[in-house]
Amino acid sequence: MDDTLKILPLQKLHIAAGAKFGPFAGWSMPLSYAAGVMAEHLHTRQKAGLFDITHMQLIEVAGPQSSVFLNRCCPIDVTDLEIGASKYTLLLNDTAGIIDDLIITRRGDNQYLVVVNAGRANVDIAHMKAIAADHDCTFRPIERVFLALQGPMAAAVLSDIGIDTGSMVFTDSITTENGVIINRSGYTGEDGFELALPLDQAKKFAETLVADERVMWIGLAARDSLRLEAGLCLYGQDLTEEITPVSARLMWAIPKAVRDGNFVGAKALRTAINEGAATLRVGIKPEGKQPVRAGTPLLTRDGDAAGTVTSGGFGPSAGHPVAMGYVTKQYAAAGTELVAEVRGKHLPVTITTLPFVPHNYHRGN
Amino acid sequence: MTTYYTEDHEWIAVENNIATIGITDYAQEQLGDLVFVELPEVGTKLGIGDTAVVVESVKAASDVFSPCDGAVTSVNDALTSDPELVNKSAAKNGWLWKMELSDASQLEGLMDEAAYKNHIS
Repeated sequence: MDDTLKILPLQKLHIAAGAKFGPFAGWSMPLSYAAGVMAEHLHTRQKAGLFDITHMQLIEVAGPQSSVFLNRCCPIDVTDLEIGASKYTLLLNDTAGIIDDLIITRRGDNQYLVVVNAGRANVDIAHMKAIAADHDCTFRPIERVFLALQGPMAAAVLSDIGIDTGSMVFTDSITTENGVIINRSGYTGEDGFELALPLDQAKKFAETLVADERVMWIGLAARDSLRLEAGLCLYGQDLTEEITPVSARLMWAIPKAVRDGNFVGAKALRTAINEGAATLRVGIKPEGKQPVRAGTPLLTRDGDAAGTVTSGGFGPSAGHPVAMGYVTKQYAAAGTELVAEVRGKHLPVTITTLPFVPHNYHRGN
Repeated sequence: MTTYYTEDHEWIAVENNIATIGITDYAQEQLGDLVFVELPEVGTKLGIGDTAVVVESVKAASDVFSPCDGAVTSVNDALTSDPELVNKSAAKNGWLWKMELSDASQLEGLMDEAAYKNHIS
């Protein structure tokens, strides 16, 4: 094993659960467990899957100008968030390219938690620190064991160990008396929770969860197939610094009221909105059983270039291959028939709306 | 019948100059659940090292290389509807293709079962 990889604090638990490890974003991560990716994926949609997502970077932002700072970093108005609310947002560069996608949680009047992607943490921290230097706030990456419990039984599992989440809806955040930060969120399309645990409590907490027969450890491979079925983007594949939120169709994450604002990339984003994007992110459904993978060229049925697949695989819950990618605007309408060029063969595919599997978020009654 | 093993985790069972080729149980376990197997057409002429088959798991596509020169004589059509047959029975019912060997001596030097077991342990 590459000894420069970072080791998860709970690695021994993963080994005991039969994990196969692989490198991801500088970490040695469980890719799958004894049950296998197919069973893990389906288990998450039916019961509750436990993911170790400690590779993701948590950052605490606090101080009098923390709101001003975050509103400068991201196309968001964090003062619109109630304390205990969170929101998906983006870090943009000067040309409105996406540096990363992230979640900001408001934890106090002037206190926020930011969660960024593992593979982008260094870039994000450098970018945000430079902006933080002009503001009266602290910007501090923190170490936690970060777990996600995802699936329709996740709330019941937590309830049975004394954590009442009954009042929480999707994107709500609480802090337990033990200092565990719990957000009702995740990246599978299912109801579920993300839990940031102090290191000294994490092992026991995880052991308690997996002792519940409804809970199973789930690896990164199933995390990928779950998020792809849910139509959610993976940074580095579906989002890059060359792609704007307009092209990525993530404008729903940018409130209209802030689009005239002064966040980094604002001017370029306004231009992108006015001009429209040349390419758009779409769902792609291969007609046969053969998956189409990231990097696969998409052509019209007449053989003209139409776009590229950025994520592709098999959807165990969908029961067929699933993919997303970018196509020239004129081919982006759902129902458009294209072909994917896989190893010299032309496989018929259809542009489709996302997600492939309906979201099951808990938005209240 | 003689069975050979490659470092790429393929097995080759040879009888009367016809080789039956599959991936080992170790290989299927590493790949995980297969969702698609792309088989060659019967009659395809393969050179040693050519990609003969592509096995696709939920997450990735992996090439299976021809261990020798020859022509494909049959393929395991059952895998078209049931690719997981490779997971369930890699060494037997999950075979991939059969080929007539142009030069059986190309298999000399490959591992036998004992050597392969040692290789993966």
